[in-house]
Amino acid sequence: MKQTTQSILISGGRVIDPVAKVDAPMDVLLRDGQVAEVAAPGKVHAKTAETIDARGMIVAPGFIDLHVHLREPGQGYKETIASGTAAAAAGGFTSVCCMPNTTPVLDSPEWVTWVRQPQRGAVVNVFPIAAATQASKGAVLTDFRALQRAGAVAVTDDGKPILSETTMRDALRTSAEINFPIVQHAEDTRLTQNCSMHEGASSFRLGLRGMTAAAEANIVDRDVQLAQQFNGARLHVAHLSTADALTAVRRGKRNRARVTCEVTPHHFALTDADVHEYDANFKMNPPLRTGEDREALIVALSDGTVDAIATDHAPHARHEKIVEFERAAFGITGLETALGLATSILHVENKIPLVRIVELFTAGPARVVDLRGRGTLLHGSHADVTIFDPKKRWTYDAAKTRSKSHNSPFSGRQLIGKVVATIVGGKIVYRG
Amino acid sequence: MQTTKVMEKRTAARGSLLGIEHLSAADINGLLQLAQRMSPAKPRPLLRGKRVLLLFYEASTRTRTSFEIAAQALGASTTLVLSSGSSIEKGESLLDTAYTLRAVGADVIVIRHPNGGAPNLMAGYVDIPVINAGDGMHEHPTQALLDAYTILRHKKKLSGLNITIVGDIYHSRVARSAIHLFGKLGAHTTLCGPPELLPEVAGTLAKDLRISRSCEEAVRGADVVMILRVQRERLAGLKISLPDYIARYQMTTARLRLAKPDALLMHPGPIIRGLELTWEVADSPHSVIVEEVHNGVPVRMAVLARALGKGN
Repeated sequence: MKQTTQSILISGGRVIDPVAKVDAPMDVLLRDGQVAEVAAPGKVHAKTAETIDARGMIVAPGFIDLHVHLREPGQGYKETIASGTAAAAAGGFTSVCCMPNTTPVLDSPEWVTWVRQPQRGAVVNVFPIAAATQASKGAVLTDFRALQRAGAVAVTDDGKPILSETTMRDALRTSAEINFPIVQHAEDTRLTQNCSMHEGASSFRLGLRGMTAAAEANIVDRDVQLAQQFNGARLHVAHLSTADALTAVRRGKRNRARVTCEVTPHHFALTDADVHEYDANFKMNPPLRTGEDREALIVALSDGTVDAIATDHAPHARHEKIVEFERAAFGITGLETALGLATSILHVENKIPLVRIVELFTAGPARVVDLRGRGTLLHGSHADVTIFDPKKRWTYDAAKTRSKSHNSPFSGRQLIGKVVATIVGGKIVYRG
Repeated sequence: MQTTKVMEKRTAARGSLLGIEHLSAADINGLLQLAQRMSPAKPRPLLRGKRVLLLFYEASTRTRTSFEIAAQALGASTTLVLSSGSSIEKGESLLDTAYTLRAVGADVIVIRHPNGGAPNLMAGYVDIPVINAGDGMHEHPTQALLDAYTILRHKKKLSGLNITIVGDIYHSRVARSAIHLFGKLGAHTTLCGPPELLPEVAGTLAKDLRISRSCEEAVRGADVVMILRVQRERLAGLKISLPDYIARYQMTTARLRLAKPDALLMHPGPIIRGLELTWEVADSPHSVIVEEVHNGVPVRMAVLARALGKGN
């Protein structure tokens, strides 16, 4: 990001920084693109170009989203890097990791470089996650070292799993050698052909073929076992959605494997029973699961099993979603509703402390992909800050989104908790 | 900048019939009573000048012809659009096809489609009634209505009857509609089949629903036995073989004897003699299979009349 000499004082807010173990009223001074000072209220004495009155607000490190589809190159009718990052800023995200299932697939250092160029018009930091195999076909691994040097922060074949055990083993071996995370979309696609939602009472009622929980859990289980075979291998489970997969992750963490996982807001907000009238805005992969799965995810978000909340923001055009449910594209948008859903459901309904929620949006994801100097407001960190009002009641309207696509199941939903300002590299990129 | 005219989602037009699940017992009884006043032998020009569009994305004999005859008996004209030989082959979307049919003057669209929920989607975006003539594995509401109509020709009421459905429940839209309807009208329904074709979760579809794995147990004391077709290709890959299925679930004279002496034997067709039922059973005095087809016409006349507001 462009650095700025502009300085900003954020005064009177409640600073929550899990890394610094701070949860107190503090003033924050940003200068030259860095966090210059965090001090007791009224103790920062500096001439600043701008002061943000943050009384009644939470001042947090900038949010990081590990799982966003920005759709460029090649699918600009769904989203562009500019429009997707504008939506990210409105959702309080100062950094996003973009997925490689673009056209062409992001499987070369050249394309990784292209995504990061300033001409793309990103308004927040973009950290590409490159393809793990060539064209994400699952057969031949990409050059992890070259991708890492070009700026990729991890590799994945997201949208598809790395199904072959040999390929996954090779990927994890290299991961251990170069300290590079492998992100897995865990789905045994041999069990999910022609499936459009979760297998259960709702899929039976609607006459739709369902994906079993085992199709996810079996792959997570296998991957965790493989990761344990290579000292230092890093496995990150994307959009984990079932209680059984959580069991596998817990086992891996107990055995000191470097296993991390993320959970999406829609999986802790909705269940398969919400797929009522074939509305494809409730169709995504992994699908909405049962109430028991949802409860298990909320426990795991609370107890530390889950490392990050990630949106899996997946914009699609109307003509790809307003079609027969079984023919509709998988995926929903999510950048602008993530915080509101987290505060409403995790904090207000389930009493998870705000400090834990902030951690899931900041320090947690920063650790997963090693974003140094981000996810905290420690002195000298990047001046990425998210300011939000945890009590603000509002209603989401997908028609007013900054994304190019409107495929959200949460349009019209009342939320508690709203982003007030998003600051990237010391520059205000969003004000609510 | 030019503004785009975005089609907004709406609730289904009055008179639409998307499934049995969302009908009340009163709605169902109203349709059945109306059907009793309908007969193709006595045409009633209630729908003179109306255009009924039959949009079929899947093959059909019984349903299609009986809708056509029903519409004509009410004085309406019918136009048949098949997915092959139309713009659908060129990739036209379901909604664009619906808008096209609306634009040429359709008053009601009758749709059969391989995807569950296709009629719901269409009804959400057009301002004319949509009638579901079978969608994927979801529902086939006019079949359930004609089955209820047929039962009522022989029994005083559905309430309290023991109805047993045997066969491939999982893949059957007929079964889903029938289960909803029988439940709403107070019948006790038993489902019977192997786990591959009848998962336990089927028991959650309606109230007062029982699952049995034994054909003998399921049929014993039944007032109505409904047999569903088993498609050979659907057994492929499952643990159950065709000879296995026949041994355990085929409706035979001996099994049917366990039902009440005046039990009705039903089958939505097409029947495969020698597979899900023996030829003796298909032709037995219990069988109302041919009558079901016959009753499809007055029932569909009632559904079409109601769709166009002439159902009183």
